[in-house]
Amino acid sequence: MVPYLCVDDLRVSFTGRDGAVRAVDGLSFAVQRGRTLAVVGESGSGKSVTALAVLGLLDARQATVAGRITLGGRQLVGRPEAEVRRLRGRDMAMIFQDPLSALHPYYPVGRQIAEAYRVHHRRAGRAQTRRHVVELLGRVGIAQPQRCYDQYPHEFSGGMRQRAMIAMALVNDPALLIADEPTTALDVTVQARILDLLADLQVEFDTAILLVTHDLGVVAQVADDVLVMYAGRAVEQGSAEQVLRRPQHPYTWGLLSSVPSWHGDPATDLAAIAGSPPSLTDVPAGCAFHPRCRYAADTNGRCRVERPELRSAGAPGHRVACHLGDEQRARRYARDFAGVTR
Amino acid sequence: MTAGEPLLRVRGLTKHFPVRGGLLRAVDGLDFEVRAGETLGLVGESGCGKSTTARLLVRLLEPTGGRIEFAGQDISRAGRRALRPLRPQMQIIFQDPYASLNPRHTAGQIIAMPLQVNRITPPDGIRARVRELMELVGLDPEHDNRYPHEFSGGQRQRVGIARALATGPRLVVADEPVSALDVSVQAQVVNLLRRLQRELGLAFVLISHDLAVVRHFCQRIAVMYLGRIVEIGDRDDICRRPQHPYTRALLSAVPDVARRDRAGRVRLTGEVPSPLDPPSGCRFRTRCPSARERCAVQEPALIRRDGGNQATACHFPAGASA
Repeated sequence: MVPYLCVDDLRVSFTGRDGAVRAVDGLSFAVQRGRTLAVVGESGSGKSVTALAVLGLLDARQATVAGRITLGGRQLVGRPEAEVRRLRGRDMAMIFQDPLSALHPYYPVGRQIAEAYRVHHRRAGRAQTRRHVVELLGRVGIAQPQRCYDQYPHEFSGGMRQRAMIAMALVNDPALLIADEPTTALDVTVQARILDLLADLQVEFDTAILLVTHDLGVVAQVADDVLVMYAGRAVEQGSAEQVLRRPQHPYTWGLLSSVPSWHGDPATDLAAIAGSPPSLTDVPAGCAFHPRCRYAADTNGRCRVERPELRSAGAPGHRVACHLGDEQRARRYARDFAGVTR
Repeated sequence: MTAGEPLLRVRGLTKHFPVRGGLLRAVDGLDFEVRAGETLGLVGESGCGKSTTARLLVRLLEPTGGRIEFAGQDISRAGRRALRPLRPQMQIIFQDPYASLNPRHTAGQIIAMPLQVNRITPPDGIRARVRELMELVGLDPEHDNRYPHEFSGGQRQRVGIARALATGPRLVVADEPVSALDVSVQAQVVNLLRRLQRELGLAFVLISHDLAVVRHFCQRIAVMYLGRIVEIGDRDDICRRPQHPYTRALLSAVPDVARRDRAGRVRLTGEVPSPLDPPSGCRFRTRCPSARERCAVQEPALIRRDGGNQATACHFPAGASA
């Protein structure tokens, strides 16, 4: 089966006063319908820019997008803006982190969702649109959808707003849903319900989901596949099982062990990664992770000068961009992390 | 203060904010203690009153009612002058390292500020003390003339920590100290806070929505819901044997890398009621899977069962037979 979304060698650069900045540098991935790909990274990793590039929401005056983005067989890069707009909201839709800034404060919630519907269904009548939206509000778990249709965003709680935004994203039954930190602003008990909802709706609508997040706990719960980004590039890619249970890249090891484990010994320190994620205006040469990598000295300086390409990490579909050989990595992981990550 | 007496004792603490439409009961009757050198975690979701509590404890806010005793002294109504000699002993670390540092001051000036405000002259002078503090929190002392924007988020939080430690406090209240940081940087700051707490013997009140961080950092945990503590106890008791239905739901909602399935989890329905008009009786009853008639009439007291350290405010806690 051909994946619904295929991204091939995506490159995004921004031109600023100090020259061009590469936010995404040669990224390739695919998402099939009914599956969830989690793009994981820290600030400046390029994960949100990737989401915006797929949606065609980057300002052409500031950002240069190259490579191929194929949505249901149609190439998006270089396509006229008007055509991309017709696909956006209908074939692909977005859920943002902060529903309060994504919903207009002056209009009733239901009307905003209805508008998103009518943009793509010009012949739909008022009554029919309202019926459709009310039904959808009910389906995303909003109690009393008839009443909520006419309420304003400020009358909604955080969880309800996020549900309303999910309803807005789903109103045209898109094949691809892009969710950028959809639960980061929410409390854990609300987050748990929203994640349940997304999983249920995914089964019902057979949606492909591209989930952008920094939260590995969320990834563990909903992702089928995982892409770990660092400084605009993929450092590791594979199934969720592979990346979370048999992580191959030292950065992934560090990320997994930076989060206190629920079953870990509270008496031990967390195995933190030294330093901070690099600024995109100053990405280190060679492997961008090498200044923070405790194994960078083990390759005779190769990590400092040569950029590692993604290659097979042993198991099918599991890829890693690291100069250390498979066995070298296995030994170091067993020595330094086996007790820390799971 | 005699040995064994708590450093911080809170009794019936309330803070009500008058707002349009009534009284917002942000904090509504808290009882707890923190001993010297002990770490207490306050967890709960937005609106439960944990940040208001943080500000009450270091008296950035004046309580509406109840008592706060610090080192045996009642500070709940203390004015500016009465608080002055105590201020150096209690400090606060804020969530946002971007908003809590003055952008026009250098790191050195920021860290020196509490010393100057409290008219403290360290033995080797302020500059030497600032350098010492910067080293203590893992910053390069040569960077004392840099401005906040020249530091990364994690380094900025270290500046905030150095500032909190400048006066040699006995109690540090930290309100979501790592929430605004990148995952890999969070771990560094958590490790740093743990080391400082141990080495300096600090009493810590850590306020966080992140249960895994609280479990990792705190010896005792208090769970808040709608302005009240619903359960308090030792870390392992709270995490392994939660008695209150809300604690159980909260623990069950924590996404864990080690658990990939979502089956068998407790899910809360409904929304958190408004603190303007909290439910009668038990505040959690409107969302509680095991609520009964009694819960609507009688507010459950925070009581210990079986002589342990764990206290639960529930008429029908998990362990007890109904």
